[in-house]
Amino acid sequence: MSDKIFKSFLLVSALMLLLIFAGIFFSLSKGAIPAFREFGFFGFIFSGEWNSRTGAEEYGALAFISGTLLTSVLALVFCLPFSLPVSFFVGEYYRGKKIAAVLGGIVDLLAGIPSIVYGLWGFYALRPLIQSLGLSEQGFGMLTSSLVLAIMIIPYASSLSAEFIRMVPQELKEGAYSLGATRAEVIRNIILPGSFSGIFSAYILALGRAIGETMAVTMLIGNTNRIPHGLMDTGNTMASIIANQFGEADGLKLSSLIAIGLLLFLITAIVNFLGRLMIKRYSI
Amino acid sequence: MSSLKYRLFKNKLLSLSVIVLSALTAVPLVLIIGKVFLQGWRQINWDFFTETTPSTLDALLAINNNQPIPGGIANGIVGTLMMVLIASAIAIPIGVMSGIYLSENRKTRFSSVVRFLTDLLQGTPSIILGIIAYLWVVIPLKSYSALAGSVALAIMMLPLIVRSTEETMNLLPVSLKEAGLALGSPYSSVVLKVLLPSAFGGVFTGILLSISRVIGETAPLMLTALGATAIQWDVSKPASAVSLLIWEFYNDPNLQSMIWSASLFLLLLVLSLNILAKQLAKKWRI
Repeated sequence: MSDKIFKSFLLVSALMLLLIFAGIFFSLSKGAIPAFREFGFFGFIFSGEWNSRTGAEEYGALAFISGTLLTSVLALVFCLPFSLPVSFFVGEYYRGKKIAAVLGGIVDLLAGIPSIVYGLWGFYALRPLIQSLGLSEQGFGMLTSSLVLAIMIIPYASSLSAEFIRMVPQELKEGAYSLGATRAEVIRNIILPGSFSGIFSAYILALGRAIGETMAVTMLIGNTNRIPHGLMDTGNTMASIIANQFGEADGLKLSSLIAIGLLLFLITAIVNFLGRLMIKRYSI
Repeated sequence: MSSLKYRLFKNKLLSLSVIVLSALTAVPLVLIIGKVFLQGWRQINWDFFTETTPSTLDALLAINNNQPIPGGIANGIVGTLMMVLIASAIAIPIGVMSGIYLSENRKTRFSSVVRFLTDLLQGTPSIILGIIAYLWVVIPLKSYSALAGSVALAIMMLPLIVRSTEETMNLLPVSLKEAGLALGSPYSSVVLKVLLPSAFGGVFTGILLSISRVIGETAPLMLTALGATAIQWDVSKPASAVSLLIWEFYNDPNLQSMIWSASLFLLLLVLSLNILAKQLAKKWRI
């Protein structure tokens, strides 16, 4: 094979990635045009209506945007008290020890469990618990979905954070120890400031995961198409409304769902962009 | 400065809470796997792998006669394997080649753009790729199909393969390539016969991980493969998948007892692939 042909093969493959990304953006935008034309771009985003009765069709994304933001931010809050200790366990306290590798492996396995299995577990194990605690009658809603989401994103948040914690130079820590600092003080004054932006970016990337999660949320959120008014309220996220209604949709409704897909794509792209940008800044 | 006793106490308290909270984090994994195992293992028998899903009426009859529900998930297993196979056939060549390109042209602006977009693609929700495969394949072919499902899975697999190939290739010593070129071999055979085989471990691990990432996917398949009650070998027809069957069982009150066995099968498949990939990564580290 001539080298020229081979090199152009490599280039074409790399170009394909670019084309796929551009194609996703283009196709979603094209599919979303009818909805934006009917309701206006901002009109669509800021409308909380979702009515598919023929004749009175009206679609807006606000209910689902707020559902998505509420569940994913809550998930981040719920996961923090567990993922942060894990990353310190793996990256500092038991760094390089076997037990750290074991815990890291176990937590990583959480990332391997399929979303639908999380959904089933949430439905059959967590939901009854929430019902029996008297928190909500049906057990569906923002809280239930956020709790499951939190478990799902723990591995993403903790493994990357552990890497940044591990990267804090040993000399800095030893310097503090030699001045008589305890480990808690080293963590508070040396490790946390030194790895903060890295840890922060890890959580931004984890947020991106939570925003896009579909099946588990679809099974637990209760699927009502209105703006959620509290933790116990049911609702829908951008991903779950697509999963729920895409199959039977056509015309304006299909276009509206694609428009929600476009918004979801943009939001996750921006979130991931910011996360990656911070990592890049940090690591240089 | 607070007293030494107080500082030491705070130190102890922090270590203790880190250990306790870390241990607690392992609990959900145990609970989930435990639940799936306890509820699922009973229905797993030979028929489960060889028979297709029963109709809801058959299931109802069996329940009323107090018999085990007949049938299995063979249609799902065939569908999943077929779609993963086609997705791999699409994603592996493109992914590995792009990875090589990125590693061979590290510093160019084009490479950094592609690298960045690959990372963004990695973070794109799977349901979006379902919509895309619907727009790109289902609409032109005018039918839900295994092929459409494969396209969605392939786009999901790509970023992981690209980045793992690139990262492994970057680890190879430059002398390896120089030695090959100095012997007068053409660039293509240096890459294909020297560099790629040396990087095989990392590349293969990336491929396995990407397969384990998509094999349990449900959402994109709902929009593309749709599901089927019989084994379907025609890639242009709707196909089933294990994950899709779980979703169907979940929505059908008569088939509920099959949820857990199908989940157990899927969970074992994904986790063993996952663990295998990580063991190989350890063994084949460059």
